[in-house]
Amino acid sequence: MIWILLLALTLSCLIPLINLVAISFSDNAAVSANMVSIFPVHPTFSSYEKLFSDSQFWRSFMISVERVVLGLIVNMSLMILAAYPLSKSSKQFRAQKVYMNIVIIAMLFSGGLIPTFMVVKGLHLLDSIWALILPGAVAVGNVILLMNAFRAVPKSLEEAATIDGASQWRILSTIYVPVVLPTIATVTLFTIVGHWNDYFGALVYINKTSNYPLQTYIQQLSVDAQNITDPQKLIEYAKISNRTLNAAKIVVSTLPLLLIYPFMQKYFVTGIVVGSLKE
Amino acid sequence: MKNKKDQTAFHLMLAPSMVFLIIFSFIPMFGIVMAFQNYIPAKGISGSAWVGLDNFKFMFQIPDSRQILINTMVIAIWKIIVGTFVSIVFALLLNEIRVRFAKKFMQTVVYLPNFLSWAVLATVVMNIFSYEGPVNALLGWLGIDPVLFMASNHWFRPMLVLTDVWKGFGYGSIIYLASLTAIDPGLYEASSIDGANRFKQLWYVTLPGLMPTILLVTTLNLPNVLNAGFDQIFNLYNPLVYATSDIIDTYVYRVGLVERQYSLGTAIGLLRSVVGIVLILSANKLAQKLTDYRIF
Repeated sequence: MIWILLLALTLSCLIPLINLVAISFSDNAAVSANMVSIFPVHPTFSSYEKLFSDSQFWRSFMISVERVVLGLIVNMSLMILAAYPLSKSSKQFRAQKVYMNIVIIAMLFSGGLIPTFMVVKGLHLLDSIWALILPGAVAVGNVILLMNAFRAVPKSLEEAATIDGASQWRILSTIYVPVVLPTIATVTLFTIVGHWNDYFGALVYINKTSNYPLQTYIQQLSVDAQNITDPQKLIEYAKISNRTLNAAKIVVSTLPLLLIYPFMQKYFVTGIVVGSLKE
Repeated sequence: MKNKKDQTAFHLMLAPSMVFLIIFSFIPMFGIVMAFQNYIPAKGISGSAWVGLDNFKFMFQIPDSRQILINTMVIAIWKIIVGTFVSIVFALLLNEIRVRFAKKFMQTVVYLPNFLSWAVLATVVMNIFSYEGPVNALLGWLGIDPVLFMASNHWFRPMLVLTDVWKGFGYGSIIYLASLTAIDPGLYEASSIDGANRFKQLWYVTLPGLMPTILLVTTLNLPNVLNAGFDQIFNLYNPLVYATSDIIDTYVYRVGLVERQYSLGTAIGLLRSVVGIVLILSANKLAQKLTDYRIF
């Protein structure tokens, strides 16, 4: 009984994704006739061949890669540098409370979508990749996660280094960062996933569709369907849209995440547990 | 002397983040004044006319505003209830499994959907629930007429809850699995000596042991009652189901950025964040009282 329920829940997560892969490798006619379940019908690479010649797809792919790389460098260095002093006691770092309040206020209050858009526009960042990276550069939740990890590092390690005359920069880079590496890995995964999956930033800040990152490009595939106001047309639309090609695009756009996911799993599980259950 | 050098280092480390927070978090807060203006982009904030609370009054006169609030809360509350329930059930079931390989495999699979974006999953969902898709094929096999799940005001909300729970239950179960391992094995031994069967053990040992975590997670979910999930709804809905699925966030996007009614959009957003802050602070207080946990 337990096994049946568990298997049902697990398969419910797996089958929709397998179905998508099967569609991407199937013949268009078979897909339109809804014959594809978990195995490809009349297997073919034709949608992948089409995909390889779609220059806009690869342009968007590269923009996403660029965004993840730049975003990762900027976000992680900012967040680690901010979390370290915040993890100090107010005895060791006199202004700690002041900075902590600033961070919490930034977490609680926000101007909202429209005022933030105005600021980005005012800085002339629209249509630039930086508009996708900089506004969310300091994710307060992640800073707090890192801060808690730094706090858990035994003080004796730091004291020994201080006696040797090491500066705070040195203590951070040679002692603290290596010790909290699992948490850093967790936050790194969250940051990668966040940048890779974000479609909305580009929808708001990027005007040229040729500069859309991958997820926004994918999102636009179904936009036509979203504006249909007649149920009958919706059914017809599903028939004419190129579902095998779209499925192939989605499979390829998900592949990079699937490749790093197994390596990161053990880290994010500990990361979530440490971050949410402070014992 | 030494300590002074440390202080300078700390300030320098924080400086870049502070610059970003000021620019992208604090300056937009001043943009909130737009909610009290008739903001005209060409005139800017300093040149636009002040209208007091007119935008807020107008907001309450829009016939849809009641419906939008109801949609937001109904969708969010159902997601919280069903999501918590399924996560706990999954964790409890998985906890009974002793085959390591199977356990590991199932965990890996169910955590996965959480890492895929709604932009991608929307297509997956639409494939499966489309008019001629697998679910309707199954219904047809059972002799039931096909249903337009994604275009029916009757079905769209349950679809939102179902697919959201599907995406998140595995990830949500991580925290329960962790607290299950913290339950003292001695309690199980003692209860089995007393003759408790598996179900009784679940009822008298496991669930009470899990209760603090359930309480905590539910409390921390409280602020989400105004957060019905923009990404999901934005990617799945269409004008046919606006009546049951338009939430505050999707409405602000359409009114504010698509229709460019900046002031109205900001006003609605402001009201939403004020209520949101009250909810976060209450959750923090409540969690502290109930379980000694502080978000910040």
